Amino acid sequence: MARPMTDESSDPAQQVPAQALSKIVLTAADVQRVVDRIAHQILEKTQGAGDVVLLGIATRGVPIARRLAERIRAFEGREVPVGTLDITLYRDDLRRNSIRAVGRTEEPPGGVDGRRVVLVDDVLFSGRTIRAALDALSDLGRPAAVQLAVLVDRGHRQLPIRADYVGKNIPTALSEQVKVRLQEIDGSDEVVLAAGVKDKQA
Amino acid sequence: MKHLLSTADLDAATATEILDIATEMASVSGREIKKLPTLRGRTVVNLFYEDSTRTRISFEAAAKRLSADVINFSAKGSSVAKGESLKDTAWTLQAMGADAVVIRHPASGAPHRLAGWVSGSVLNAGDGTHEHPTQALLDAYTMRARMGRLDGLHVAIVGDVLHSRVARSNVLLLNTLGAKVTLVGPPTLVPTDLSSAVQVSYDLDAVLPQADVVMMLRVQRERMTDSYFPSAREYSRRYGLDGARLRRMPSHGIVMHPGPMNRGMEITPEVADSPRSTIVEQVTNGVSVRMACLYLLLGGRS
Repeated sequence: MARPMTDESSDPAQQVPAQALSKIVLTAADVQRVVDRIAHQILEKTQGAGDVVLLGIATRGVPIARRLAERIRAFEGREVPVGTLDITLYRDDLRRNSIRAVGRTEEPPGGVDGRRVVLVDDVLFSGRTIRAALDALSDLGRPAAVQLAVLVDRGHRQLPIRADYVGKNIPTALSEQVKVRLQEIDGSDEVVLAAGVKDKQA
Repeated sequence: MKHLLSTADLDAATATEILDIATEMASVSGREIKKLPTLRGRTVVNLFYEDSTRTRISFEAAAKRLSADVINFSAKGSSVAKGESLKDTAWTLQAMGADAVVIRHPASGAPHRLAGWVSGSVLNAGDGTHEHPTQALLDAYTMRARMGRLDGLHVAIVGDVLHSRVARSNVLLLNTLGAKVTLVGPPTLVPTDLSSAVQVSYDLDAVLPQADVVMMLRVQRERMTDSYFPSAREYSRRYGLDGARLRRMPSHGIVMHPGPMNRGMEITPEVADSPRSTIVEQVTNGVSVRMACLYLLLGGRS
């Protein structure tokens, strides 16, 4: 039943069969509230985000990072540089899978040296993406500190990694899938928990 | 993709993917640490039966930036000089566990034979007068970077087309990517059996005003067994690119050369060193493009 969930179609009639086996854990309004809260937490924890740089991990970490920067600007009028990080070339499972497309890596304006870098991703799962992101980040420069913000923490860590800012903790079974949909990429905001058969190492 | 033997094997989507990945690889070259862990633990053998400076060094730099181990093997001073056959050399490399073999060979088709003998990937780094696919890819990358597109671009390839593996690979790739190609040279040095998708001209001055890109080829004296033109001076008068000819090109037009150049023969120093020449960029781009090729061949499950 994983297939209807990966279907990008926005026709509600086609999604009906999936509803039975999946449930919405965050609605569009929830996603917005969660992003607002993380933006506030970053401001609070970094004393006004003066040295903060947001680095979105491709693919869905990128729009979340942009939204956080937009919220921080709205709340305190501060411009926080945003960059993107594609970790494909740093993955530890390249040899186990067929070739993956390489996405864009864009250093934030002003670079990362001496800055407090907040890595931003949609789902925290095994922690392997974040490990790869830390490797990629250290090749870009030497930040003063690195923090991690995620929209969803679904547990099942395989590495000693934790997030500094968590939108929502969602207890899951390994067989389940957490699907984050974002306006900028998928046309709408939503987080769905689906009974998947595929064990996706996000 | 298992091997890179000919640009004819690349469809438009794959070729474009290589150019896009190369763009990302190029950004690595601008970083503080010019290295990616992607091919850690993989072995790339450079097997060169012909002299080459830039291609060998470029492949070596590309493999090292991706953290692969590189073994350089040149025919001079090796068992090949003692008479070992290509097949026996292939088995040796196989036994050493080469994940990829980059081969340059004076015989057209040698990389294809090698691909049947080794289990790893084979990259053609130039075989005789046949093909040189990574050169064509880096040329396409350079054109796209300078002109912003390839589709509809008019490219004139000038000079010794007959002996040029660079020209052959470029014609095939540029056709795939939607560029229009005109081959220019003396009738003795332009083949007549090329695909109908190219135009042929023997008059450089007539082609220049319409060319977005002029690619000058080296006159390959080492492959010339006959007299193809009366004298070097006459060749360069009719087909050499000098400042006066450069000014006949559209103002946005660029000049390319795969190197090594015969300065004063097919290109004058004034043109080679002008801001419209991409010769140095081509060398830089070569590393990024070869990184992209190595990633596509070796990056995934083998």
